Amino acid sequence: MAAIERRIRYESELDPSFAREIIAFSGSPSLMACIQCGTCSSACPLSLYMDYTPRRIIAMVREGFKQEVLSSRTIWLCASCYACTVECPKQIRITDVMYALKRYAIREGVHPPRFPIPVLARLFYNTVRRRGRLTESWTVLRLYLQTMPLRIPGMSSLGWKLLRRGRFPLRPEGIRDRQGLQRVLRVVERQEVTA
Amino acid sequence: MSYLYFPGCSLKGTGRAYEESLLAVFRALGIPLTELADWNCCGATAYMSIDEHQAFALAARNLALAESQGSPADGAVQLIAPCSACYLVLLKAQQCLAADIALCQEITIALKEEGHCYRGRVRIRHPLDVLVHDVGLSEIARHVRQPLRGLKIACYYGCQIVRPFALFDRPHDPSTMDDLVRILGAEPVSWPLKTHCCGGSLTGTIPEVGWRLNYLLLREAQRRGAHLIVTVCPLCQFNLEAYQDQIRQRYPDLAPMPVLYFTQLIGMAMGLPPRELGLQRLLIPVDGLMAALSKEGAHARA
Repeated sequence: MAAIERRIRYESELDPSFAREIIAFSGSPSLMACIQCGTCSSACPLSLYMDYTPRRIIAMVREGFKQEVLSSRTIWLCASCYACTVECPKQIRITDVMYALKRYAIREGVHPPRFPIPVLARLFYNTVRRRGRLTESWTVLRLYLQTMPLRIPGMSSLGWKLLRRGRFPLRPEGIRDRQGLQRVLRVVERQEVTA
Repeated sequence: MSYLYFPGCSLKGTGRAYEESLLAVFRALGIPLTELADWNCCGATAYMSIDEHQAFALAARNLALAESQGSPADGAVQLIAPCSACYLVLLKAQQCLAADIALCQEITIALKEEGHCYRGRVRIRHPLDVLVHDVGLSEIARHVRQPLRGLKIACYYGCQIVRPFALFDRPHDPSTMDDLVRILGAEPVSWPLKTHCCGGSLTGTIPEVGWRLNYLLLREAQRRGAHLIVTVCPLCQFNLEAYQDQIRQRYPDLAPMPVLYFTQLIGMAMGLPPRELGLQRLLIPVDGLMAALSKEGAHARA
């Protein structure tokens, strides 16, 4: 028999500072003005796959359901199409709130394990920091190896077709002034730490 | 007017045909495009998910390079960004830097470290905007050699060129590409999903979800009688074209549907050689379709 667990949270278990942090992180103070109309959820092409709809995420952020929000799949399913942001009657920048939640979740390391989206974000970040540009072919290959190795055989025919058409160049891309770019990014990083 | 051109990573990889056809079309129109020297990744979605300020610094470095390399017209250097993700991120960085003094200072200090300087004098443009509003439809019409008569087209704008910054077209029902397609002699079909999201990188990360979104787009285009889909973004083009085999395994009601860049279509109407437009790189070719149409046209004329 499954363990019987309490289905609701006590107020004392919530994190009252979470909303403030996300507002600062996303630069969208209008978060508190949300009227829970659900327009964002209906505009979202992915809400039917989400564990919490965008409307619920906003409500949960405001109330301090930090753990639930940060470990949700919702924030990773957001593809940044900005449909919600354009439709919101209170001008809440919901896409930017989702970005803020992604960054927060990565920083706290609470995203679902082996979930490909944060892995892709990391790969992307590391490659661009090192080389200044992304090489699509290598990024995709690494992503599949790290998160979906069993799917590689199913995708190999597509890979081969792209390779033959010159659309999967394996020569790594990069900028000339890599060191310069890295220094710029390090200065930004240092300022963020002190801020 | 002279334009700088920011290719972005995809136009050097899966979207090579976009770069080839874009350059070919602008060359044929007599407008030289100069590639921004030593450009770096725009800082798109995935980078933004890790560190926003660094993503803005990446974008700002490109904008600073544009200012130092370009010659300004009306006080701004014109920078063409064909990829929707690059276009959006560069615009977003520009607007955030203009609105947030502390952020702007932070990025300025970092850029100065390497002698870069960004003063806010870049105008970021999508090539669709440039072609329709700077070059003009009548000028493009003058270059049409082989009107694409009989061709029915679903114009796909995707999300990020009209959202959230709708600078040159309407966010809900954009029409610039439809107008352009008409000038080329083809017929745009009415297609309400024209700005519905293709899922971006979800096709690679959670295929079941990403493929379903693309299935819906393809099926609706097919229902509306489109012969092909035309896009303005390398990721949209890839998503709609590359996974059709996988999608068909799940949803067998789908027939193969060619997906072209809008610049390839313009080049075809201008009579440019197919190789210059990268048509040989398509996974679902258009030559059969074009041959059938021209035969039908000859039949109708006879």
